Amino acid sequence: MMRPISLFLHIIFKFLFIIYLPSVNLVYAAAKQTVNVAYLTQEQKIPPPLSNLDAFIKDKGVLGAELAIDDNNTTGEFTGQRFVLKKFIVPLEGNVVDTFSKDIGDQYPYVVVNLPADLLNKIADLPAAKQKLLFDVATVDDALRNEQCRNNVTHILPNRAMRADALAQYMMKKRWDKWFLVIGATQEDGLFADALKRAAKRFGMKIVEEKTWEHTYDARRTAQSDVAVFTQIDDDYDVLVVADEQGQFGEYLEYRTWNARPVIGTQGLIATAWHRTHEQWGAVQIQNRFKEQAGRWMEEQDYGAYLAVRAIGEAATRTKSNEVNKLKDYMLSDAFALQGYKGNPLSFRSWDGQLRQPVLLAAPRSLVAVAPIEGFLHPKTELDTLGYDQPESTCKWSK
Amino acid sequence: MSKNILGLFLTIALAGVAQAETVFVTLEKDNALAVVDPIAGKLIKTVEIGQRPRGITISPDNKLLYVAVSDDDTIKIIDAETLKETGRLPSGEDPETFALNPAGDRLYVSNEDDSEVTIIDIKHKKAVKQIKVGVEPEGIAVSPDNLWAASASETTNMVHWIDTKTNAIVENTLVDPRPRALGFTADSQQLWVTSEMAGTLMILDVKTKQIIKNIKFDIQGVTHDKIQPVGVVIDKDRKRGYVALGPANRVAVINAQTFEVEKYLLVGQRVWNLAFSPDQKRLYTTNGTSNDISLIDLETQTVTKSVGVGTYPWGVAVKP
Repeated sequence: MMRPISLFLHIIFKFLFIIYLPSVNLVYAAAKQTVNVAYLTQEQKIPPPLSNLDAFIKDKGVLGAELAIDDNNTTGEFTGQRFVLKKFIVPLEGNVVDTFSKDIGDQYPYVVVNLPADLLNKIADLPAAKQKLLFDVATVDDALRNEQCRNNVTHILPNRAMRADALAQYMMKKRWDKWFLVIGATQEDGLFADALKRAAKRFGMKIVEEKTWEHTYDARRTAQSDVAVFTQIDDDYDVLVVADEQGQFGEYLEYRTWNARPVIGTQGLIATAWHRTHEQWGAVQIQNRFKEQAGRWMEEQDYGAYLAVRAIGEAATRTKSNEVNKLKDYMLSDAFALQGYKGNPLSFRSWDGQLRQPVLLAAPRSLVAVAPIEGFLHPKTELDTLGYDQPESTCKWSK
Repeated sequence: MSKNILGLFLTIALAGVAQAETVFVTLEKDNALAVVDPIAGKLIKTVEIGQRPRGITISPDNKLLYVAVSDDDTIKIIDAETLKETGRLPSGEDPETFALNPAGDRLYVSNEDDSEVTIIDIKHKKAVKQIKVGVEPEGIAVSPDNLWAASASETTNMVHWIDTKTNAIVENTLVDPRPRALGFTADSQQLWVTSEMAGTLMILDVKTKQIIKNIKFDIQGVTHDKIQPVGVVIDKDRKRGYVALGPANRVAVINAQTFEVEKYLLVGQRVWNLAFSPDQKRLYTTNGTSNDISLIDLETQTVTKSVGVGTYPWGVAVKP
């Protein structure tokens, strides 16, 4: 009669031993705290392709968040924190507001948001968002960092003004002082053109002419003649600066202008938070790790989502907390320093929640420069020579 | 007897000229090793070594050089006299930094992409153990008493303490963001750790594994984000420690007793790694973007020379 019982006990003990194994090992602290992170996005309509070179990537962003959650959890193994990433991907015809209010709920105080500006603002204003901290990893709008800023939203990617300033610094260094500004027909192109004009003014550059591109977008056939005619302007210029965010015509300007001039802006030499040509400051490591996990290059939104989740991890590790107010205070303090593989430590601007960071200037197959360009000085940090500095900001952001 | 006297005579004769020593510098972008006579201030020669050489160290008997040849995924063993390759060690992928134990028979290698430390038995040219550490391990050091191997992971922001007897991590210390390099004091009582992102040097007590001092570097006229501490060395008597400050183009001189920063010495651009001369009267620095090394006279604490060596000088080792 005793035998089966002792066998049973033996099994139980074995089972218990297996369960308790991690806590026996002193190195790996027992998980006593969970940090819940939600990732919210909506499926996108596939845009008409400009060319057949680059396939449409529909999962930009989420793979960066996944890599970062793994990195956080590696640290968490040693500190006793567990990071959970839950993905909320709203179908094309679905309702993002409903998903945010009903599905995400109180359980997720940190939400990485990969949505356009109007939707981001809409959810940031919901009652359900009051006690949350949102990480915008998609928008580049200057208005969202100024008059439309929300005190529960941080912005990870550089806004248009930061990008335009980065380009302007480089053009100033090269003494490409006279710009021919070519603007696309979309509203976004107009906004980027505004940022470029602001940058030109800040750095003393001259826009000799400004023209809107109104030609056909099937430029494969007509670009040669169209662009040559379009770029015959009265004044001489050093550089053609293009604002075409969706890439509808910008690629066809290079090598086709009437005079031989470089193209810079949204095509040609571009300003971006991340690029596949970037390999300094340990960037090779994360490029490799990302590629191994994702099977493709890291895109800007992936980098943004990676940084957002890493920022949560870094703040949680340092504060030993998972409370949103504690983490937010720490993230916005001077003590916060995030490794972003771009040399300088990254941190948040306390006046608008924008992540301050170097901006890469990249050609398709070579990294040309990293802004802030050497020589552009600032009393506090040279990173604040890009975008809206504290005195210029119109954001009434109160923590 | 007469040989000894002759030897003594020669030593005395040479003492006035200062001892000849050879400095070896890995050139990351030239795929080569630069050989420098630092006293004469001359580049003697450059030899090809393999794709993207970075970490370099010399064996305790000064006969062999170990060079991490990153893109060839190996650590090469080079005869320090003939500069010929005599063997290769299984370092794992993309080796960058590593540390030799005091006996010179074990090598501890950081495998950045795999978040591991590989321990290599040099005699048998075999990896004997792989230890899981935090994300992107970089700086690594073995204590002079051979009790500890300390590994710093750049993204996890931790120092992992590996017991060299059991080859297992027994403790972790959370440090400032992106820890880069570590150095033990000669008495094995302290571990000095640099943080690239916070611009700090942390002194850890080996017994308690706690940070006992955090030094923030501050240089007039240089913004904080340019101060990115990397290489760190401490002299034998624990009088002074030296920290390379990356794009701040300076080496910090730290009083190792009071932990005051005594001085900042202007060297070449993006100063990276440091090595003492055998008598510890001089310090050599590799300057990543000005393509040279600087010589610092430690008695006068002045930079006396710079020697052009080639593109992207990375690591440095000195042979007496």
